[in-house]
Amino acid sequence: MNNVFVYCEIDGTTVEEVSFELLTKGRKLANQLGVQLEAIAAGSGITGKVEKDILSYGVDKLHVFDAPGLFPYTSKPHTSILVNLFKEEKPQICLMGATVIGRDLGPRVSSSLTSGLTADCTALEIGDYDDKKTGKHYENLLYQIRPAFGGNIVATIVNPDHRPQMATVRSGVMKAEKVAEYYNGEIVYEDVAKYVPETDYVVKVIERHVEKAKNNLKGAPIIVAGGYGVGSKEGFDLLRKLAEELHGEVGASRAAVDAGFCEHDLQIGQTGVTVRPKVYIACGISGAIQHVAGMKESGIVISINTDPEAPINQIADYVITGAVEEVVPKMIKYYKENSK
Amino acid sequence: MSLKIVVLAKQVPDTRNVGKDAMTPEGTVNRAALPAIFNPEDLNALEQALRLKEQNPGSTVSILTMGPPRATEVIREGLYRGADGGYLLTDRAFAGADTLATSYALAQAIKKIGMPDIVIGGRQAIDGDTAQVGPQVAQKLGLNQVTYVTSVSEVKDGEVTLTRHIDGGVEVVKAPLPILLTVTGGAAPCRPRNAKLVMKYKRASAPMERPAGELPYAEEYEKKPYLTVTQWGVADVDGDLRQCGLAGSPTKVKAVQNIVFKAKESKRLTAADADVEGLVKELLESHTIG
Repeated sequence: MNNVFVYCEIDGTTVEEVSFELLTKGRKLANQLGVQLEAIAAGSGITGKVEKDILSYGVDKLHVFDAPGLFPYTSKPHTSILVNLFKEEKPQICLMGATVIGRDLGPRVSSSLTSGLTADCTALEIGDYDDKKTGKHYENLLYQIRPAFGGNIVATIVNPDHRPQMATVRSGVMKAEKVAEYYNGEIVYEDVAKYVPETDYVVKVIERHVEKAKNNLKGAPIIVAGGYGVGSKEGFDLLRKLAEELHGEVGASRAAVDAGFCEHDLQIGQTGVTVRPKVYIACGISGAIQHVAGMKESGIVISINTDPEAPINQIADYVITGAVEEVVPKMIKYYKENSK
Repeated sequence: MSLKIVVLAKQVPDTRNVGKDAMTPEGTVNRAALPAIFNPEDLNALEQALRLKEQNPGSTVSILTMGPPRATEVIREGLYRGADGGYLLTDRAFAGADTLATSYALAQAIKKIGMPDIVIGGRQAIDGDTAQVGPQVAQKLGLNQVTYVTSVSEVKDGEVTLTRHIDGGVEVVKAPLPILLTVTGGAAPCRPRNAKLVMKYKRASAPMERPAGELPYAEEYEKKPYLTVTQWGVADVDGDLRQCGLAGSPTKVKAVQNIVFKAKESKRLTAADADVEGLVKELLESHTIG
């Protein structure tokens, strides 16, 4: 009762990294609240393959649901698992990844339980809340913090009266840290038929193609990122050259992606990838909070922008006031000259 | 088979092109400074609906939107592109709704319209980016759902076949009707307005949009009932006030802040060769790069 729950996302028999990140955060929240951390793993043929990994993040109790129809993911069976389990367990907090699966499942579960859900949180904290209208005081609520309105503001959302307090968090936003290689948590193998009616298995996945990510933005030590100021696809080719020289990766802001300068999977920010490279070179990026949310933990930030007042300059270690197409070739030239 | 299709559409402030005056000095959003547009992914959803209508003769496409009277604009835009009709859900009691209260209102309206074969909307709206309303409407109506759809291939024997985006790939999925679908921006763009339909529907409006006094073109409205967009309030859709608007929203906004970055001491440089070379050398010497 009243514990913190994390829904673990499983591809085949592999637990997704985002779930470990959430378990790490969930462990901290549970410690702060003095409650237990519980996890849910649902899939097909996962028994014996996922338990140790999940427990190692400090899970006190793991609920395993293993049945043929639970992979690939479809909405209804997984919803039934969470809804029926939560009716018994009454968690106070439920976290899931802001992935395609989490964003499909979370709202369906929240609607079923009439509980509040906040999407794409960038921070989660525990704190008190005073309802000005009713004068009621609430202790130890989950602060769900997220950029809103296209990333121009940051909102702190609370769910005072409804449980569980649900939030989704994007992959890479939180850091995964194991508690112990062999953590002594309880494992419960649940009777799936008790939770999922046969009529839930109606959507059939007839084909599935998953490719390894084409880029390695998340783990890249150096990122050359372009914004609207890069101006064109050709401009991005220039960034690619610099990234290649520096053994880095190319990223982009939403404005550049929307303008069609580069592919969608390069997007860094709240609705894209979150990165923490050693060096982040922001080329023609103004720095909407939406974007900054995804790169603010970078080591050294270099901003190249014609606008000396670009918001990103405030968090930059080096500001080069100038045009991308002028500065980037010079960087390539002087890097080549000096690195050998 | 002929299909009854309802498109969920939202009028949103264009948050993609936010200028300096988009925020008030108090840190709240200055909605007046942002143009109101048809939510982009809802247009992708409309296109899929119109294609299904073409493939399945006898089908109808209706637009359902919730918002102030001026949100009727998205219904008109739908009519200009081939939709058959629209419903405006408008009432002060709907104001301040979070995604759950919004989905309740939309679900009530869909029940009132009569259960469709397909409910289809954009994956998410650009003013919230939550992607929650679609699945929540599906749950409230007890419908199956498939989200992140990039194309609907066909409807046959009461089943729909479609392609959807998943993390790192694609899935082809088959599901029985009735169903709710959400469509991503990766789907085909919406067709442009049709000039004939613009002529036909340019005076289409909801009663609340019309002037209080004498109605211009009153005769035309009388002769052409399709120019009057159906407008519903809470009572019309048998709405429970406790589940609508602010009262029906479990999430509360505790605080909103205009984000202030922790300003760093930045080194200011120019594009001059000496500056750029100096920087590259400095980074190389500290083994930051190279």
